[in-house]
Amino acid sequence: MTTARQRRLGRRSLALAATATSALLLAACAAGPTEPPAEGTDPEKLEYLVNVENGNIPPVLEDMSTGVCSAENEDLPLEINSIPQADLDGQIQLLVGQDALPAMFAAGGTPAEGAKLWNAGKLVDFDEALDELGVLDQIEPAAISTIKQLYGGAFSFLPFQYNIEGIFYNKALFAEYGIEEPQTWDELLAASATFKENGIIPLTASGEQGWPITRLLSGYIFRSLGPDALQKVADGEAKLTDEGYVEAAQAIADLGASGYLNDNIASLDYDGAQNEFLNGNAAMFYMGTWALTAVNNPEANKIGVENVGFMPFPGVEGGAGDISQYPSNVGLPSTFGSATFGPKVQAWTKCITENFGEMSLVDQNTISGFKVSDEVWAEQPQLTQDVHERIASSTQSVLWFEALFNAKAGQDSSKNVPLLVTGQMSPEEFMQLLQTDLDAG
Amino acid sequence: MKSVLGDRRAIAILLGPALAVYTLVMVVPVFWSFGYTFVKGNPLEGFRFAGIDNFVRLFSDPDIGAALGFTIKYALIMTIGQVAVGYALSLFYIFVLRRFTSALIRTLVFFPVVVPTVAIALLYQKIFQSAPRDGIVNELLVNVGLGSVDWLGQSDTAFIVIIIMDLWRSVGFYAVLLFAGLLDIPDDIIESARIDGARHWSLFRHIILPLSLPILLAATIFSINGTIKVFDSVLALTGGGPGNSTTPLTMYMWRTAFAFSDYGYGSTIALLLTIMCFLVTLFIFRSARRDNTV
Repeated sequence: MTTARQRRLGRRSLALAATATSALLLAACAAGPTEPPAEGTDPEKLEYLVNVENGNIPPVLEDMSTGVCSAENEDLPLEINSIPQADLDGQIQLLVGQDALPAMFAAGGTPAEGAKLWNAGKLVDFDEALDELGVLDQIEPAAISTIKQLYGGAFSFLPFQYNIEGIFYNKALFAEYGIEEPQTWDELLAASATFKENGIIPLTASGEQGWPITRLLSGYIFRSLGPDALQKVADGEAKLTDEGYVEAAQAIADLGASGYLNDNIASLDYDGAQNEFLNGNAAMFYMGTWALTAVNNPEANKIGVENVGFMPFPGVEGGAGDISQYPSNVGLPSTFGSATFGPKVQAWTKCITENFGEMSLVDQNTISGFKVSDEVWAEQPQLTQDVHERIASSTQSVLWFEALFNAKAGQDSSKNVPLLVTGQMSPEEFMQLLQTDLDAG
Repeated sequence: MKSVLGDRRAIAILLGPALAVYTLVMVVPVFWSFGYTFVKGNPLEGFRFAGIDNFVRLFSDPDIGAALGFTIKYALIMTIGQVAVGYALSLFYIFVLRRFTSALIRTLVFFPVVVPTVAIALLYQKIFQSAPRDGIVNELLVNVGLGSVDWLGQSDTAFIVIIIMDLWRSVGFYAVLLFAGLLDIPDDIIESARIDGARHWSLFRHIILPLSLPILLAATIFSINGTIKVFDSVLALTGGGPGNSTTPLTMYMWRTAFAFSDYGYGSTIALLLTIMCFLVTLFIFRSARRDNTV
């Protein structure tokens, strides 16, 4: 047999294989999803689609399904499915296109995407639904207000977490080197210089995730340009390429250039960054209060919970912002689909609303937007109580860097910020990239 | 046979099913996707006519230039690498190794081809890890007095790691492909060349290389075809980062459509990819025609 004939035969076999594969694919497509249920009818199970990184909500819901909500679970069994957070937006898009949204799901980190789901009528109006179930008063008004601020003015997500953000710091290291809690950016830089001289990582953050670094950037922007600085960008009244914004990016780039962040930060993942703090290698760790789960866990926290302090992002001298304005959020929030919000799902919703807050706080050390009695608060670790007091006394909150961005700007922000702090991208280039994304809409 | 192929009904019956399937899974989606290039939106918000806005954006979008540049650079380097290293290995199998050792080494080199890409990417992430602890490569560097390198955190080094990983996982296939081609060279030609005094380099230069050109061309075509569509290995190893520096067009298209909810612009990028693939296909057809006349 000649090589040419062999090749022709080979090509034919390839074509045959391709045809067979296509036929199989078609057959698989033909047996695809059935018709979606009608408006507000119960599904066969309470499927919860959540990001795989979320270690707080699924364990509490699983405990509920065998405990306080076992009756609801018997009527409508809970099934938790998880996918990586980066794929969640895309997956929700596909499911919406097929009219196959699960009964309960987490929405992507970009609030604009969550608002789109609400505008398309895919989400439950919790103002109305929880009122009818008689449990609206179980939600903290501040959490409802944050959700409305983020998600297009509607109470369309449930506050399974309610966090403020700030800097966790190692009190023992601060005391050892005679450093007071920094009140200004310059004081923070001075403290960082002392720690670096003594071989301690001043500030640990994950560059692999990116957003823990952009939080520093938004922190600086809110302190220097005021709490409405990023709203102005969203409204088109200011641009990220304006002087003040680029100056903020320069300040964060300088942190990296001065060696005040971890070595090889671009590859450092979330757990790795957190462990640097909890093992005592780093003096400060900017994070949301969801980190209390790890901080209050003696197995994870080697420096001891009594040695961990929490402080707001420091002020910028001459800036328009105030140190008391904490960034607040509801984590990566979860919600219920309107099409499957039938009586059994409503029963689950009621049970969750009545019990989640306390179970989440006691079992996971996570603060949620569901109300918890004063007696339960009094039994919590000191740091958790301290954070709760800060939340309760806060009069004005701010958002975070990507909160009002579109999906592309959000992703470009967290993916490119490691380049900013490692000198591979200039502050001007970084801000220009994001402004181009915002201009493209 | 002639009477069967002369019958129009027979032709329709033979061709019909395949043509129908091809039309349904290839032609219809291509035209459907082409239709999307003139709209903006997604199933959630609905679609609105955008004229040629997506095409205008295609020419002004800096990310397109970067993604296209990465794709071409990757395809070129990988194609050269896969064919050259594969060819070197195949020569090694035939002319250096003994029969049993050759079979063993071939099996070992081919092994990564059957390992799932994600598993290989995880392995390479660990090998080139730089934080919170150094991986084996950085350990070696530090032990010989060099500094630790953030391999996946810098654009240029991340590209090198992608190339090393993808070569490692695919070169076994090309080595076997070219090995099969070399086996086709008749022994008597090599023998007579040796009698005529041809030795290592001259034997390779004047006998082996010219006779293996057809299979080298076939391997090149295979390689270009595969590398221009690179997606899974980059997604699993670097996720397109750091920044967007290792984002190929395929990944940018997928992100634009499904993560950024812009089906229209995503389809426009898909059209650009289609045109690229069409050009490569044209090249393949021309090469194949020339090949048959060899």
